[in-house]
Amino acid sequence: MPEPQPVRIKLKVNGKPCELAVEPRMLLVEMIRETLDLTGTHVGCDTTYCGACTVLLNGLPVKSCTVLAVQADQGEVLTVEGLAANGELHPIQQAFMDQHGLQCGYCTPGMQLAAYHLLAHNPHPSERDIRKAIAGNTCRCTGYQNIFRAIESAAELMRR
Amino acid sequence: MYPGSFHYHRATSFEEASALVSELGPEAKLLAGGQSLIPLMKLRFANPAHLVDLNFIPATSYIKQEGDTLRFGPLTRHAEIEYSNIAAKIPIVHDCAAGIADVQVRNRGTMAGSLAEADPSGDWAPALLTLDTMVHCLGPKGRREIALADFITDAYTTVLEHDELISEISVRVPPANSGGAYLAFKRCAPVYASAAVAVQLTLDDGDCRDARIYLAAVGLTPIHATEAEAALRRKAINPETIATAAEAARAAADPQPDMRGSAEFKRQLVFALTKRAIGLAARRARGERVEASHIYA
Repeated sequence: MPEPQPVRIKLKVNGKPCELAVEPRMLLVEMIRETLDLTGTHVGCDTTYCGACTVLLNGLPVKSCTVLAVQADQGEVLTVEGLAANGELHPIQQAFMDQHGLQCGYCTPGMQLAAYHLLAHNPHPSERDIRKAIAGNTCRCTGYQNIFRAIESAAELMRR
Repeated sequence: MYPGSFHYHRATSFEEASALVSELGPEAKLLAGGQSLIPLMKLRFANPAHLVDLNFIPATSYIKQEGDTLRFGPLTRHAEIEYSNIAAKIPIVHDCAAGIADVQVRNRGTMAGSLAEADPSGDWAPALLTLDTMVHCLGPKGRREIALADFITDAYTTVLEHDELISEISVRVPPANSGGAYLAFKRCAPVYASAAVAVQLTLDDGDCRDARIYLAAVGLTPIHATEAEAALRRKAINPETIATAAEAARAAADPQPDMRGSAEFKRQLVFALTKRAIGLAARRARGERVEASHIYA
């Protein structure tokens, strides 16, 4: 059987139009990290468990280790690099800093994108809403309490 | 981890997808939500030479009501069902959708994909088996409708031909005096359940007119707990009948010991979940609004 041909795809990453040729088996997270050099998105478990690779695809959080790059064709991707604007941290990033919502930082980009999606749709999240929104993101350092406080605090900052 | 190399085909219709798989042969697979297939390919448990992507076919993701029937599209995602006011008309359907894995997986995974994969721990099959559910299929030989009860034949095995796919799932809305609950117990959000129980009860003046009870993740396919149903049918729902039904469900479970717990632990879970699910289903059948979903710490 001949080798699979690369597939040309067109998408927007953090608002910037990109056109590239990807091997069909390339995962979205590898395209983001290796091809586009956006290494803020992390690979943790690589088995659809930990959520470190969470990005927004067409506005929805997905585990980018479990989506093929070709599936993002014609779509829009938001990674942690797209959160800060004009040299200023996004309120979610600021809140994670203020509330010590991270220690090693490995899970942080995924946590922040999960929080971003929650707060975009629900400016007044309940405790249960926050816990449910980050149930697919694993943190091995913090015990989640400060992450939880950071998201609560971000919600408040974003309501101002 | 990368999947093995494969040729990528993007279908523009379900007819085309089915014809492509037919032509490409046994080395071809269909890609819907990908939340099981892609991990399996990365682990090289699945090594298809061709992948036919269904995700770019227009108008395949919908939830519609027609009379007393809800119709779910072949690519309707769990998250769309979770947030749908139409799907909320059947609480067991809403609860099942809202508790599957986590936000990220619910945004990709599909109801039809879950039924077609027939994973012994899948959530949709047990929940939908308690309702009148039809699986609408499409293949090169045409269309056919199969009752969900006849659809799954073994672990990871359905009656679907290799080149046949699910084009729609239809579910009859139960009557107003009917209520259901789906309770899956799992260690944390992203993992499969250690055990799960689906119950749908129809009451008449407080007595149970009909009961449907299915167990999941404790056998190779969802287990129809007929003895547990018989313990409730034409009887009052009270602590004694509930305990008898839960005991019968425990006996019907056929769990394997694994990392999710010992066989004994899973049987005990089935007993406890059945008791709780019957209580919830009865309250809902009486018109009470109760929130419930998968259980994890």
